[in-house]
Order: sequence, then C-alpha cells, then structure tokens
Amino acid sequence: MAISLNWVNDYVDIHDIDAHELANKVTKAGINVEKVNVFNIENLVIGEVIDCKMHQNSDHLYICKVDVGSGIYQIICGAKNVRTGIKVIVALPGAILPGNFEIKKSQIRGEESNGMICALFELGLEEKTEENYQKGIYELPLDAKVGENAFTYLGYNDTTYELDLNPNRTDCNNHLSFAYEVAAVLKKQVVMPDVKYKEIDEDINDLIKLDVQTDNVPFYNIMIAKDVTIKESPDFIKRRLENAGVRSINNVVDISNYVMLEFGQPLHFFDKDVVGGELIVRMAKDNEEIVTLDKQVRNLTNEDIVITNKKEVLCVAGVMGGLSSGITDDTKNILIESAIFNPYNIRYTSLRLNLRSEASLRLEKPLSYEYTILALKRACHLLEKYADAKIIKGMISHDKIDKSEKVVKLTLDDVNNILGMSLTDNDVTSNFASLGFSYNYKAGVYEVTIPNRRQDIYLQKEDIIEEVGRIYGYDNIVPTLPKVPIKKGEYTETVKFRKIISKRMRSLGFNEIRTYTLVNEETAYKYNYNFAEPIKLLRPMLKERAYIRQSLLASLVNVMKYNIGKKNKDIMLYEIANTYSEGEDYNEDVKLAFAVSGNYVVNTWNNKNYEMDFYFLKGVVENLLSFLGLDSRATLKLSDKLPKEIHPKINSEIIVGGKSVGYFGKLHPLESKEPIYVGEISLSKLMLNKSGDVKYHELNKYPKIEKDVAFIVDDNIESNEILKEIKRCGGKLLSDIKIFDVYKGEKILSDKKSIAYNLTFEDYTRTLKEEEVMPIFNNIITGIEKKFHAKVRDN
Amino acid sequence: MEKDEIKKLLEEVSTTFAKVQDKKELEQIKVEYMGKNGKISLINQKIKDVPTEERKDFGIKINELKNEFNSLYKEKLEEIENKEINELLNKESIDVTLPGTKINVGNHHPIERIIESLETLLMSMGYDVVEGPEVEKDLYNFELLNLPKGHPARDAQDTFYIKGEEYLLRSQTSPVQVRCMLEKKGEEAIRIICPGKTYRRDEDDATHSHQFTQMEGLLIDKNITLGDLKGTFEEIAKMLFGKNRETRFRPSFYPFTEPSVEMDISCFNCNSKGCHICKGTGWITVGGAGMVNPIVLKNCGYDPEVWNGFAFGFGIERLAMLKYGIEDIRVFYVNHDLNVLKQFDRREY
Repeated sequence: MAISLNWVNDYVDIHDIDAHELANKVTKAGINVEKVNVFNIENLVIGEVIDCKMHQNSDHLYICKVDVGSGIYQIICGAKNVRTGIKVIVALPGAILPGNFEIKKSQIRGEESNGMICALFELGLEEKTEENYQKGIYELPLDAKVGENAFTYLGYNDTTYELDLNPNRTDCNNHLSFAYEVAAVLKKQVVMPDVKYKEIDEDINDLIKLDVQTDNVPFYNIMIAKDVTIKESPDFIKRRLENAGVRSINNVVDISNYVMLEFGQPLHFFDKDVVGGELIVRMAKDNEEIVTLDKQVRNLTNEDIVITNKKEVLCVAGVMGGLSSGITDDTKNILIESAIFNPYNIRYTSLRLNLRSEASLRLEKPLSYEYTILALKRACHLLEKYADAKIIKGMISHDKIDKSEKVVKLTLDDVNNILGMSLTDNDVTSNFASLGFSYNYKAGVYEVTIPNRRQDIYLQKEDIIEEVGRIYGYDNIVPTLPKVPIKKGEYTETVKFRKIISKRMRSLGFNEIRTYTLVNEETAYKYNYNFAEPIKLLRPMLKERAYIRQSLLASLVNVMKYNIGKKNKDIMLYEIANTYSEGEDYNEDVKLAFAVSGNYVVNTWNNKNYEMDFYFLKGVVENLLSFLGLDSRATLKLSDKLPKEIHPKINSEIIVGGKSVGYFGKLHPLESKEPIYVGEISLSKLMLNKSGDVKYHELNKYPKIEKDVAFIVDDNIESNEILKEIKRCGGKLLSDIKIFDVYKGEKILSDKKSIAYNLTFEDYTRTLKEEEVMPIFNNIITGIEKKFHAKVRDN
Repeated sequence: MEKDEIKKLLEEVSTTFAKVQDKKELEQIKVEYMGKNGKISLINQKIKDVPTEERKDFGIKINELKNEFNSLYKEKLEEIENKEINELLNKESIDVTLPGTKINVGNHHPIERIIESLETLLMSMGYDVVEGPEVEKDLYNFELLNLPKGHPARDAQDTFYIKGEEYLLRSQTSPVQVRCMLEKKGEEAIRIICPGKTYRRDEDDATHSHQFTQMEGLLIDKNITLGDLKGTFEEIAKMLFGKNRETRFRPSFYPFTEPSVEMDISCFNCNSKGCHICKGTGWITVGGAGMVNPIVLKNCGYDPEVWNGFAFGFGIERLAMLKYGIEDIRVFYVNHDLNVLKQFDRREY
C-alpha cells in the first residue's frame, strides 16, 4: 500500500513542492515516509519517425531515422507497425527500463542503433501478453511534441510514498487523511472529492428491506446503483490503483477499491439481483458455511458477523464476500454497503480465517461515520460517471453510532507546561487552523472540537497538546533537565545481589552469556532438580520454543559443546537468569549456572597448565560462599538426588543454613564424552541468608607453631570426617588445618589412603611453648587412630 | 739488596694476579703473599736488618707494596665476581619471544555492558534500578497501560500467553512501572529504570528476536515537561554515542504516553551525511518515549492533576548493535563463540 502524490494533489495543492522535502516534513510531523518511489524514466522522449526502410540483413527489422528534438538518431526497430510519420516513445541510450534494463548504443546485424522505440509493456505500463506484444510499438497522437519526456506526456509520472505508520494513525493509509496531514504541515486547505450524483425516481425502500440484528454493527448503510456497464477502468483509476499497489480488475470493482483508498472506508458491492429483496445482518451460527469469493468453503462461528438474505450467507462482513453474490461481468445492479462493524469481531474473524486484507485491516480500527456516508456517495458519483450507473433514490441506514461531539478544554499554559515550550496564543490558534480543528476561546480556555475523521484522538488535553506540538515542531523543544531533588540512585536488593555475584564470577574468570528462556519440550525437563513442572506456552510459534525453562544448564551445556566442537578450548561460562515452573507465582527463581572445561591456566609450550576439575569447581563454590560470608553455614556433600544428567559419584549438593540451594558436579558420561563440570545455584534462595559486613581483625603478634602428620586410613573414609575429629581433639589453640598431600599407591595397602595434614597452633595473647602443643598434637593423633583405626604414616 | 727484592716482588705480584682465574686461586695468592709466612710478611720482617737511616725509606716501600697488593686483590675480586654473576645471568637466559601465559578473565555479555553503562549514568541522576517478573499478568503488561483487550496496538506486539491469557511472558518492561506506581500508592515521586528481558512473537532473523532486552525509565514528579525528557535523552545519547551527537524527537504513538516520541540521534557513522547505517536519513532511531498518559497515571493510583512525568524505553540489543557494529541480533543469544566473547575483553571509557 502506497500513497500516490498525483492523487493527493487532487485534495491539496502540492504540485510545486519537492517530493523529498515533503516527505521530510510529514515525517517530522509523525507520519513516517519510509520510502519515496519516483515513477519516471529519464531519457525517454517523444520522437517522430522521419524515415523507415528494411534492414538489408533481416526480414523483420527496420532501419529508422527518428527526430527526438535534440537530434536525429538511427534506431533499429522490429515492430510491424513502425512507419514514417508516426510519433513514438524513444528510449535513448542511458534510459533504464523496468527490470533494470539499460539502453545502450549497439550494432544490430551491422547497423548502428542508438536507442529503442518502445511498446507500453516494455515500459511496465501494460502487462506483457501475446496480445499486447502483437500491438507493436505505442503510437502517440500526432500533436505530441517531439523532444518532451514521454512518461510525463502520458501522465504516468508519479511519486509514491511508502509509509511506516504509528498504530494509531493507520488512517493515513488513505489519500484524503494523508492530504489533511500534508495540508497541516504546509498550512494549506483540503478540497473534498466530488460526491454529487443524480438520483432516478425509484425508491430504494421499494426494492429492499434491511434488518440489522446484532449490536456488533452500529452503522450499516446501503444504496443501489442500477444498470451498470462492466468494463475497463479509466486510465487514471487504473494508474492510481496500480501505483498504490492494488491490481485493477474492472471499473466497478476498481471504484470500490478507489473509494477505500480515498476515504479509508471499505465498501462492499453485492450483485443486487442475487441478494433479492431482503438483507439481514447478524452473527453467524456456529458451523454455518459460506463459499467465499476465492471459492473456499468457510466454516463460521458465532463471533463472525455475516450478511444474509433469507436463503444463504452472502458475505463474511468486512472480511470477504460470498462467491454467489459477487460482482461478475454480467452484473447489472449493485447493492453498495458502507458500514462500521465492531473492530474486535473483524479482527477475530480475519485472523481466524487468515484473511487479512486492505479492507479488514481498516475495519479493525475505529472509522469516521462521516466518511462512511461520504464514501458511499462518492462511490455513487464514480459509478454514475464511469460505469453508466443510475442511482436509486434514497439510502437505508441502521444508525446506532455515537455522534456526540468530542470537545476538549485546555489553556495556553497547559500547552506550554507539557511541551516545555513558550508558545503564544497565536501559535496555538494557527496550529488549530492547520489541523482543521474548530475551537471556541472563552476566558483563557480553548474548547477544541475534535473532527470526526480523527478517531485516534482521545478526549483529553494531552492529545490536543500533542497535535499542536507535532505540527509546531518538536525541533523547537529546548532540552532541560527535570527540576527534581538531587539524590543518588540505588540498586534494588535483588538486583544488587545479582550484580555482586555476577562481578565475582567474572573476576574468577567466567564469561557471561545469555541464552533463550524458551526451549523445546525435551530440554524443558532436563537438569530438573526440584521436580519442577515446566510451563508450556498457550500458542507457541515453534516446537523449539514452546516451554519456559526451569533450569539454565541445558542451554549453557549446549554453548559449552558448541565451543568444544569449534575447538575452542579452556571454557568458563556463566549465566544468571530467571527460571519459572508451574506453581504459585510460577515459582520465579533467579539462578546462577556455570560450566567449565579445559585448563584454568594455560601455557601449552611450557606444559604449565591447570586443568579444571571437580575440585576447581568446588573451589569456585567455596570462594562464592566465603565471599558472601556464608562458608561457616554451608555444607557441600555428595548427593544421590541430583538430576540424571549429573555424574552420580562426582557431584556435590550445596546446603546453606540447612537448605539446599543448588549443586555442582561433572556431567554424566552419557551427557558428554568430554569432561565438562557444571553447577547451578538458586540465587533467590541463597540471598535469604544474610551475613554481616567486613570487620577488621588484628593479626596475631605471637608466633605460631606448626605440626605435620599423615594418617593412613581406609579408602572409603571421607576427608571431612577426619577433619571434624581433628578439630574436636585440637581445641581452641588449633587455628588452622591444611591438607597438603593425599596418597594412594604402592607404598601403602591398596584399600588404604594416606592424608597429610599441616596443623597450626596459636594463641592471640602469648607465645605458645612446644611443651604445651605436644600433648594436644598427641591427643589429635590418638583420637584419629582410635576413631578411624588409622595409623600414622612414618615414611 | 732488600729494595731490589721489593721491586722484584712488586713485579711478581702483578704478573701473578694477571693469571688468576677464580676466587680460590685468589685466596691462595692472598695467603702466599700476605699470610703469616707470606712473601710480603717475610720481607717485612727483614726491616730489622736494614740500616737505620734507610729504614724509613724501606718502610714506605713496603707499604707501597702492600697497598699495591691490596688494590690489585680488590680489583681482581671484583673482576671475578662480575664474571661469575654474568655467567649466572647468561645461564638463566630465556627466549623472551615465546608466548605469554594466558590469564583467564571473565567479561560482561555485551548486553549487560550497555545496561551497566546506562545504569551508571542514570543512577547518578537519581534513578533507582528495579526489576519485575518476566512471567507477568496481562493486567500489568497491557490493561493498566491503556491497552485493554482487543486494542489494536496489541497487534504490534503479539504476545506469548500462558494458560487462560491471564498470564504472559511480558512483551515490554513497562509492567515494572505499573508495579512501582501501585506500590507507591500515588503518594511519592518516582525515578526508576528497569532493564530486563522481554518477549514477542517474532521470528528470529538478523534483525528480529523473540527474546530481547529493554530498559525502561520512569520519572513521576511535578511540573515535568517534554523538554525535560529531551534533556535527559541528550545525556544518555551523548554518554553512549559521543559528545557530538545531536538528538531529535519525532512524533510517535504509545498507548501509555501522550505525547509520544521516537528518539533519534544524528548518525555517528557518517555524521548525518547519510549512509547504510542511517539508511540515508542522517538519523538513527534509538528509543521511544513520551509523557506518561494521564489514563495510566489514574489506572495506577496517581492523580494527573497533581503528578505528571515521562517514560522512556530503549532496546538494548539495538544500542549494542549500533555501538559495536553488530549486524545480526542472534550474536547475542545463539552459540556464544568464545572468540566473540573475548572481543569484549576491552576497557570502555
């Protein structure tokens, strides 16, 4: 759909304005011109054939001498109708014809040719059919002036605008409304199209009865045009429709489209002789059927509005007519419908039947009842003029439309206070005039009447102020800063927590990624830790995006695998995102997911790499917990309740304050052949655990005593158990325990392992003596030996 | 006779030192000459055989000899030590052209990077950063924002609904505004920004994504003008795209603002001469905004006769695409190649 400037020029004089400049002006006023198409062909001139003879080396080519004003050119032409004395359209070298076909100087069978004499289809002005091909080159009237631009002479030159309209101004997709916008920015007047016609002395009420049985049709009007002649449309209608992007069919159908593109009011033409004497407008019954114009059988519902006679459904209102009552080449009498339907029903029906047309799109929006009537009259005017129609006297209307005047009150201060401008009363009134808004001015208050054509304007002063502002020009707004108290903005608690974690993950070396929330069914159930039931969308677009994820890990692992596949090594990724699942408030949960693979530190040629493994990830988790001050409240332990995608023996659940907040571990070998370690933590749960801020502790001034000891214990004893016992036996002087070696191998029995500890003893009030520490140290040794049947390793 | 001996020793000492190779030899020489029975010590003892009148002279000569020896010794010691340290340094030499060890540092996702730069600026202007749920009520996402059911503008943002159409995946971050206004009960001024994920029924291609990120801003106070919005936008535009950016407002339509505007910046690529980025217009649209529609204020418990304000919104992907020259929006979501992520390991002022 495009706007033809030739057409707009009928209603507002723009002949002296540059099309690009105008496009810029209306765009600034809020009617976005997305593209300017100029329909013209340069170097296409009127020529006179002054000599014409057969080409010696051909039986169908002629060598012509053509006078084009600026000179006489030799042109080879193959058309049968070329002859001396006729006026023709000549494309000179440099002319670019449709299909990006550039005319160049050439040699044709040894003779020079300096251009091309054209047929209309070669200029894109007619369809390329066998019939049109046989017509040969186009012969211009003999009074056509040699040397003039042939396109302009034919009246084919036009400029069209493709618009990208804001959703409230789709009315500007008709030429008259667009003309009002042009008039407003140029401060000109709009001239309305001619809607006059003669009525014959027959009364419409004698021919048809109208019965509207639904509240979903507030305004329904019909007229009858008799004895029409169906034929080709006049050139100007054809051309304008084509430039606007609508195919020409015949004069009658074209007139209905023409009026729609003029007023934005879709019309429907019925074959009156098929309709009969009764027209009923009602809601369809469920499963009622109609064969529409496109020969499809359509099944209807009680949300569809239909037009019927007593016998059959004639039309799905606003969406598509029925095949039986449509206009054919034999139609004689036309019933014209111009109506306003409930936009919701039109939208529902057109979406459900997948029949969105120029008409239904317009009927989905509020329409002007004034234009409903004008469009009907305009159609009569055009049918009388171009289809020899006789217009039956009268119009039958079902009229329940709200016709109350919309009046808005506002003051000059209102305008300036909202726009932040300093307009004068003169500025405001001159803008009202440009917009065609009528107003009264009493005691400093404007009472503005909103024209009925502007259905987009809501009954409040802000809407009028916007109109004044956009026409006056937003470029005139002086930028200021709000006069509000000075304060510093803050992160809300949840955001702050997310930022803190995110920053920590980055400083640990993890790269942040973002993946899609929507996943497929299979993925939706993966890494399901809390037995969550994923949420399915009501109407997904794709199977791949049908569920809202309850875990981030599946997507994260995909990215890991993608990178491994691309031979990108040493990967550390994390994502923080919301997850949802069925349940109260859809169980919103902010999760942190992370994954690693490869080396943490890499120096390949030096062989100094550190491979990331379970203990690396454990280090990350411990680091996070300690950073949050939660290390003393946290337990990390092997779990058999983790998702099946996680290795059953290499994993750990993260328990903080007695509650599980997440887990980490190696991917199950069935999930990935490459070693990938992953984890997922609920930040929403984690942040429920509060901890204090940093508090400085003075370092110990007194020397420490360190002792090393290694125990040989059964292989199945967990290090953590021994640690607890050491702590218990060590008492308060034991300040630190480090594991410095874990050994399994030849030197000890195969079902045993050795763990070596470095123990630190200190006192903050005095220097410890060896004699005090030894008994504690021995106590630890005895304790461990006893509890775990351990032996101190002495080699 | 003794004098000759001194002279001879002097010569001997200097030739001996010249031959010394290491510290061990040097120490031997020291013993050989200066030790208790060293050559110089022995000759020194002969002073008693020297006639009295020559003794003084002899003493001077002996001292000269000793001094000479010590200075040669010191010189030699230094020479040897220098040699030794140089040998050690040479031994330690490495090929400094081999590559350095890779240090892993994590980076922001480019979307987060843009969000944080906006947050920094706007927090300095008093805006709090808040958030809201992505699974949202139709009431907050549409109805209270002046988009009742069946409203044609819902068309432009076809939505992912969940069960019974009461809940949906939010199609914009504006519901966070609604939640904030309802919470403040029409009693307090508001200055917030809410960055977050949003979803629309778009098919994914180079310029469309069913999931994207918005950052909404809302200021509710008294006597706020469209000029204030323009001034605020100018600050944002200059922070993101440079001090020389010009800004422009174009009339637009959003059901929740009136008047509504599109916010354009002068093209940073061609300085408004016209190029492929600004599609020849010299201007690039970077966001939408407007004065909060009184209907929305009323819906959310604010009296439009007392309060007014503005709201603005940016598509973060669009800002990131413009700023970093990314031409495919899927870069932000699909198959994050490590080599892409690493490109963002770079400071930004």
